[in-house]
Amino acid sequence: MPLLKLKNIHYYYGNIHALKGVDLEVYAGEIRTLIGANGAGKSTTLMAISAILQPQQGEILYHGTSLAGRAPDEIVKAGLCQVPEGRRIFPGLTIQENLEMGAYCRRVKAAIVADLEMVYELFPVLGERRRQAGGTLSGGEQQMLAIGRALMSQPQLLLLDEPSLGLAPLMVEKIFSIIERIAGEGITILLVEQNAHAALNLADYGYVMETGRIILEAPAADLLKDERVKEAYLGE
Amino acid sequence: MLTAIFEQSSLFLQQLVNGITLGSIYALIAVGYTMVYGVIQLINFAHGEIYMLGAFLGFSLLSGFFGFGLPFGLAVAVSVVVCALAGVLLDIVAYRPLRRAPRLAALITAIGMSIFLQNLALLIWGGQIQSFPQHTIPPFLGEPALLLGDVVVSWLQVVILTTAIFLMLALHLIVHYSRIGRAMRAIAQDKTAASLMGVDVDRVVSYTFALGSGLGGAAGILVGLYYNAVYPTMGYFAGIKAFAAAVLGGIGSIPGAILGGGILGLAEVFGGGYISSSYSNGIAYAVMILVILVKPTGLFGRQQRDKA
Repeated sequence: MPLLKLKNIHYYYGNIHALKGVDLEVYAGEIRTLIGANGAGKSTTLMAISAILQPQQGEILYHGTSLAGRAPDEIVKAGLCQVPEGRRIFPGLTIQENLEMGAYCRRVKAAIVADLEMVYELFPVLGERRRQAGGTLSGGEQQMLAIGRALMSQPQLLLLDEPSLGLAPLMVEKIFSIIERIAGEGITILLVEQNAHAALNLADYGYVMETGRIILEAPAADLLKDERVKEAYLGE
Repeated sequence: MLTAIFEQSSLFLQQLVNGITLGSIYALIAVGYTMVYGVIQLINFAHGEIYMLGAFLGFSLLSGFFGFGLPFGLAVAVSVVVCALAGVLLDIVAYRPLRRAPRLAALITAIGMSIFLQNLALLIWGGQIQSFPQHTIPPFLGEPALLLGDVVVSWLQVVILTTAIFLMLALHLIVHYSRIGRAMRAIAQDKTAASLMGVDVDRVVSYTFALGSGLGGAAGILVGLYYNAVYPTMGYFAGIKAFAAAVLGGIGSIPGAILGGGILGLAEVFGGGYISSSYSNGIAYAVMILVILVKPTGLFGRQQRDKA
C-alpha cells in the first residue's frame, strides 16, 4: 500500500482548471519527484495534499485512509509536513522560534529540545545564529531553516516545493545532499522541482506534469534517458 | 511672578498626570485593535463596544443591576472574563464566516456589530448615564495618593496606571514567551506558513480576540470609575480614539499601540487644557493625521502589501 495516494484530483481556481485529474503515489522510504514547468500545477498539488486547498473532485489517501475534510493542522499531526515554495519562514521570529513553530503540534518538551539540537547539528549555521531574526538569513540559509522547521514536526512524509529556487549552484548542491541525508534517516520525500536534472538524479521515481496533468511517470533513471524529458526539461 | 510660574508648572504637572492616566487607558484599548489587525487584517470597529460592555458589566455587578452584587475585585474579574468571551463570540459569529470574503465585507460587518452592540446595551441598560453607587467603590480610590503642592494624584489614577502597566507586561510575556503568542506572531507574518506548521489558525485568532477584548473590558471598567459615567455610546469616541492611537503607533504593532495611546492621552489632555476642551476629540485626529503625513506606516509600522 502506498504511503500517499492521489486519485483523480481536480482543482479549480475560480474558472481556471488547475489540476485536471492528478494521480500520484508515494511509497514509504522513497524519494519521488514531481517535475514540470512553471504553472504546471505542482505547487497546487502540494497545497491540496496539505489541505490548504480543497480539491473539488478526487481523493487523497494517506496510509489508505482518506484525508477529506481534514484541516491543515490535522495533516501535520498525521505526519505530512510541507516546506513551501519561497521558503516562507517567519522573518520576524528568531531562528529558534521558527524551529519551535515547526514543533507546534508536539507537546513533549524534552523531545522538542533534543530535535532542536539535531537540527542545529544538521545545519550548524542555524545553531550559531539561533537568537537572530529569520529574515536576516541569506536565501540558502533560509531554505535550511525552512527544512529544519519542517523536520521539527517529525514528519513521515516531507513535501518539498522547489527547494533549489533562487539559490546559487553550490548551495543547490548542498541542499540536495541534505535532502538525501534526510531520506537516509527514513523520511519519505515528495520533491517538487523545476531543476529536473538534479531532482531526477536524486529521486527513485519521477512524475512529469504539464498544464494540470501527469503526462509521464517512470523510475527516475528511465526519465533521465527519455527523449521527451531530455528535450523539454533537461535541455539536451 | 514666582507664584505665577509655580501655578503654571503645577498646572503642567497636573495635566501630565491626567494625560498619562488617560493615555494608559487608550493604550489598553488600542492594543486590542492592533492585535486583531495583526492576525486577520481586520479593523474590529466593534472593539469600542466591548470596552463599553466592560464598563456596563462592572457597573451592573457592583450596583446589583442584575439582582445581585459582587465584591469589587470579583466584579472586575468577572467583567473582564465575560468581555474576553464576548470578543471570541463576536469573532465566531460575525467575522469567521467572512474570513475568505473581501476585506470590505468584514469591515462593514464590524461597523454593523458596533451599532448592534450599542443598541443592545441601550435595550438592556437604557440610554441614561449610569454612575457607580458610592458604597460599591472602595473609598480609598477617591483619596489623594500623592500631593505635590497643588498637584493631586488620586489613588484611582495610581490604580489605573499600575493596572494598565501590569496588564501590558503580562501581554508582552504572553506574546513573546508562550506557545500561543509565538503562533500569533507567526500568523501575523505568514498565515499560510503557520497553517503548514500545524497551527489551527481559527483557534489562535480566538485567543487573540479573547486577550484584546479582555484588555478592552478592563479599560472600560477603569474609565467607568474614572469619569464615574457609563452609557451605551461611550465606546464610540473611546474606540475611535484608541483606533487613532493604534494607527499612529503603526497598526499591527503592540509597542506602537501603547506608545500611540500614551501620545494621544497626553495630546488630548494638554490640548484640552491649553487650547480648549471642546477640541479635545479633534486633537486626537489632528495628532494622528500629522503622524501619518510624516510616516504613513505609523511610528512602529511595517511596510505591507495591500491585500484588499
